[in-house]
Amino acid sequence: MSDILPFLKSIISVAGLSGYETPVANLIEEKWTPLVDEISRSRIGSLHGLKKGTASKKNSRPSVLIATHMDAIGLMVSRIADGFIYVTNIGGVDSRVLPGSPVTVHATGGSREEALYGVVVLPPANLLPEGQGSGAVALKYLMIDTGLLPKEVAKRVCIGDRVSFGTEPVEMSGGYVSGHTLDNRASVAALTICLEELQSRSHVWDVWALASVQEEVTLGGALTSAFQIRPTIAVAVDMTFGKGTGSSGYATFPIGKGVTLGISPSIHPFLHKRFKEVAERVEIPVKDEVMAQYSSTDADAMQLAAEGIPTMVVSIPQRYMHTPVELVAVKDIQRAGRLLAEFVASLEEDFMNQIKWD
Amino acid sequence: MLSIGTPQIKLLEKLCNAMSVSGDEGEVRRMVLEEVKPYADEVKVDALGSVLVRKKGAGKKPLRVMLDAHMDEVGFMIVSDDEDGFYQFECVGGIDERHLVGKQVIVGKDHTVGVIGAKPIHLTTASEREHAVSVDSMRIDLGPDGRAKVGDRATFATKFKRVGPSIMSKSIDDRIGVAILIELLKHAPKNIELCLSFSVQEEIGLRGAKVAAHYFAPDLAIAVDSTPARDLPDYEGRENYTYNTQLGLGPAIYMANSSTMDDPRLVRFLAETAEKNNIQYQFRQPGGGGTDAGAIQQSRAGVPVVSVSVPHRYTHSPISISRVDDWKNTLNLLHIALQKMTPALLEK
Repeated sequence: MSDILPFLKSIISVAGLSGYETPVANLIEEKWTPLVDEISRSRIGSLHGLKKGTASKKNSRPSVLIATHMDAIGLMVSRIADGFIYVTNIGGVDSRVLPGSPVTVHATGGSREEALYGVVVLPPANLLPEGQGSGAVALKYLMIDTGLLPKEVAKRVCIGDRVSFGTEPVEMSGGYVSGHTLDNRASVAALTICLEELQSRSHVWDVWALASVQEEVTLGGALTSAFQIRPTIAVAVDMTFGKGTGSSGYATFPIGKGVTLGISPSIHPFLHKRFKEVAERVEIPVKDEVMAQYSSTDADAMQLAAEGIPTMVVSIPQRYMHTPVELVAVKDIQRAGRLLAEFVASLEEDFMNQIKWD
Repeated sequence: MLSIGTPQIKLLEKLCNAMSVSGDEGEVRRMVLEEVKPYADEVKVDALGSVLVRKKGAGKKPLRVMLDAHMDEVGFMIVSDDEDGFYQFECVGGIDERHLVGKQVIVGKDHTVGVIGAKPIHLTTASEREHAVSVDSMRIDLGPDGRAKVGDRATFATKFKRVGPSIMSKSIDDRIGVAILIELLKHAPKNIELCLSFSVQEEIGLRGAKVAAHYFAPDLAIAVDSTPARDLPDYEGRENYTYNTQLGLGPAIYMANSSTMDDPRLVRFLAETAEKNNIQYQFRQPGGGGTDAGAIQQSRAGVPVVSVSVPHRYTHSPISISRVDDWKNTLNLLHIALQKMTPALLEK
């Protein structure tokens, strides 16, 4: 298995906030192009890679779509005052993780976009409205300081410019990696491993690799790609909650101990069953992850695309989701990639006919 | 005029990126010793770990001037091993706990990188998000296979950056003072006996400076530190009258803080020196806070003191910001002031 870390580090080191995924899409396209037969972008920017299966009937060959969203949460410039930049959130950001965090302001005021280093500022209580300065300070009161003089900021930064987390990725002993946007670029890496594995595996079904846009805000990327591609079945690969500081209970899973297989109204039970069988056969450790209503992944949207699509969710446990210091085990990424490849290879031409509801 | 060029920036970068939490200042101490040895007449490491440097002056009994900058920084101490790479920690020095979750830290002599995690927003309630996370519920996470020892120190992992007119780094307070003292030693004037204290444990009670002042028994002393600039806009657009200092307005001369009444003769002398030499300066707004001057003033039979600080924004946080021009003006104000000092200064 190739070393996925350099690719993973490269894709978490470029921008790609929801709605503005092009920089990361370009990197993924470059990586996937030699691994697939066709590659293209959807009308709203999702990346589609097709690796053809061996089933005889070209026009009715069954297909599995594997969706990994490539967009990231972050911030967007809402106001500039005296060189200080106020922001709003793109996706779910707990403002408590922000004060003191390094960020990158993707400034568009100049002749071409430039990346400005900045820090999120916690203003003194006496400069905020009564009662807003103690305890957790709401996002609207936080500011970003770039170290530049006010006139430079006014010239270079515009309302609507994106701001991404600036924490640099770091490797930890034992094969762990920490950084921002591992949700969900770690899954993109897993899908890449799957495509690499499939180079030397025979598979009957077509495989559509999807790096979807806008999962963190609307699930709109996976929804529209599922409609366009109209796969026979779809699998969302995403991150789930790792056990760690402040996180325990049934919804959390140890990192480095395997991936999770979803059980949820969003998930077709027959797909869950097949994944479980495959994992047991190839000895990849898995745990069931129960999600009583929504899976909160692209699967929720893909399930409802067109006339409905049987979906599945495979997740990689990760500590500190949606913070600048997400933490994941590289071997779980490898496990997810291998499990996906084994699942794809297991799909018989008549797999759909084996589904018996009752 | 002395300038801030690449060698000075490189040295400050090295000093800022070092870990030197109060009580464990070895990393910065080694850097200071290496820098000062070629220029000093006398160098010693005292009982607490401060580096004390003497550069003799000309004449029979030149004025003995002590300059102090503290080597220590606020940070953390590992206090308990919770297994699986989780470590409980306590803060060393004044740290606003709201700066901690979601940050990378470095731990121990090898600077092992860890993170202070936070519960995912998905698992929090709206009312929970209105409250700051308390330090005792935080852990440093080195990953399941990461190891540290109880007693290890830790600090923010952010790295020094030079950006436009600014520097952005942890520990500008007070590595910028350390860098200024090193530069002044390299350009030490002959008219005074220059005594430099690179002090330990300022952040936890001005401890190093207290005994250093006793050792030197100076005629007067200047604490060279870095002070907060709270020159931020008010959210509702009211004028901000409580800025303490402002970035870009030069060295901040103190008049009073919670631990010191600065000597009016020295305050006046510094301000006049700045005026005469066209060096931009500002007075720090009198009030709270403190520097090593507080400990030095009460040494032996008393020492006339004043504090001069390079302003920085975002005190004791992962990233502070200072202006290179303020650094340069502070260095030059002190350099010229030292050259003009005579015993008459204290006779007025």
